[in-house]
Amino acid sequence: MTIQFNDETFRDDYTFRNSEWAIKRFPFPFHEDSYMYSVNMERHRGGPDGSVYAKRFDVDEHYIAEMRDRALVLADDPLRCQSLPHMTLAGWDLLELIMVSKSEDYPDLFELHRDGTTWRWVNKPLGIDDTFTFMDEASLPYGPMEYITRQTQGDFAVLDQRENNLWMDAGMVTTQADWSLDFDIGMNFFEWHAPVPLAHEMGVFKRALKFLLNVQQDSPARRLNWTMTVNPLLDTSPENYHKWGIQKTTLTPENVGRKQHLRVELQTFYRLPRSNALVFPIRCYLIALEDLVTVPKWGRRLHRVIRDLPAELATYKGFIDNRPIILDYLSRFDDGLPTSPGIWPDIHSEPPLQT
Amino acid sequence: MSRFHFPPSIHSRPVYGTLAPRAGAAQIMLADAEGAEAILSVAQADPELMRRAHVIYIPKGTGDRFTDPLRAAAPDILHIAPSYGACTQRLHRVFSAAPMGAQIYLAGTEGLIGQAMALALQIGIPKSAIQTEHRGSVARRVQCVHCKGITEDVMTDPFQCGHCGLNLFVRDHYSRRLAAFQGVCIDAEDPGNVPAPVELYS
Repeated sequence: MTIQFNDETFRDDYTFRNSEWAIKRFPFPFHEDSYMYSVNMERHRGGPDGSVYAKRFDVDEHYIAEMRDRALVLADDPLRCQSLPHMTLAGWDLLELIMVSKSEDYPDLFELHRDGTTWRWVNKPLGIDDTFTFMDEASLPYGPMEYITRQTQGDFAVLDQRENNLWMDAGMVTTQADWSLDFDIGMNFFEWHAPVPLAHEMGVFKRALKFLLNVQQDSPARRLNWTMTVNPLLDTSPENYHKWGIQKTTLTPENVGRKQHLRVELQTFYRLPRSNALVFPIRCYLIALEDLVTVPKWGRRLHRVIRDLPAELATYKGFIDNRPIILDYLSRFDDGLPTSPGIWPDIHSEPPLQT
Repeated sequence: MSRFHFPPSIHSRPVYGTLAPRAGAAQIMLADAEGAEAILSVAQADPELMRRAHVIYIPKGTGDRFTDPLRAAAPDILHIAPSYGACTQRLHRVFSAAPMGAQIYLAGTEGLIGQAMALALQIGIPKSAIQTEHRGSVARRVQCVHCKGITEDVMTDPFQCGHCGLNLFVRDHYSRRLAAFQGVCIDAEDPGNVPAPVELYS
């Protein structure tokens, strides 16, 4: 299908909207009516046609607007994109992975023409047609990681693997759930996850690390993570928290359906061939509660998950103060009927909301 | 007593040990304030080792309380510096010239240990050759996550950023690269509502 790209903003007037198509393909993160941390990792080898799992790097209607927002963030704070000196090779690996994947998965939008080390990259949505020399940094306007991730939705953490650990040694991070690349760069897996409550004690990170250290080339993995965001703000960074934190206090019973968004990260993991680094794309999807509840199963389930979530997690995810307003709203979309297992919307098999 | 036992914390927060003499081609020791006591206990345990030691010491308000005992320990070289900033170039030179097997001893405040550790690792000294011991003040070196300015010797939580003026709470999240804890705006969701500062670990 041809994607109709939205002209929209993720700041100020917040004109971001999901189309009916985007709502139905939203990566709803709860496979049952409750939530706790787990190493919910699975192979990333496609998914149902049209779903966000179908392609290696999903492109959707928000593509152009998200890239515009990224450019604004970087102009304001170039430290959101950093690469330690030993990570340049991994940057080329990443550029190759994305260019090859996108040109194969979306031939109508992206083209890659390779003649030895002379590569021509055509990005039609963004109006880019560049010819460069693979592995020659001087032939691109940015370093390879920055160049390609300015053209790819989602944040990117590029992890070096050594000493049986993963090290966050490069990244492009402008749509993050409140963590700072500039502060965390150079940390190992346990250090950058240090502030997460409960999960260390549960052994989640030890198991996750073990899994990730063994991710092989051509067998990428994926998982979903989630949080809540008031307004469709992509840049919920600690750097700008003193500016956006106040927006959390603007939630009211009248505007909660429109303003409160479920924020879902599709996290994927790819082994890179030359550097043996692991790239960790973190793709952010936002959906307003009023759109989410148009899928009856999701309305029922989200209410139950948010209601039963341990206070520590609601605090860590930053919505403990707003939980009562959110629950009041969501309870109207929970008629107590059972829900089908799994994350899919099941529009045709699940009953409509009983009133 | 200049020793403080930090309560258990999150994974990114550094933990410190106790300095002990270790055989090595070169002995490089850096301390500030009460950190001198840790150096002196190494000297006591192995007086011979001091003959090969290059000691850099920053009194930081302790006057000559420790300088005379350090001199009496008879290190090969004793350099008294007025601040960490003042001796950074010297330290860089000394670390860079350190032969294989050199032993590094860092003692005193977290800010000093963290910065010297980052410098040594950046120069290529293996972590296994570096010992640390916390002594004296529990003050922290804190980076404001908003303006990126670093404030030294933060004694309270919250505190006011010395660069941008925001009121910051002090997290335990720590960057070894920056040798700093993270400070985050405390009143972003309720501007002006800043709790009274409380001394760290009080």
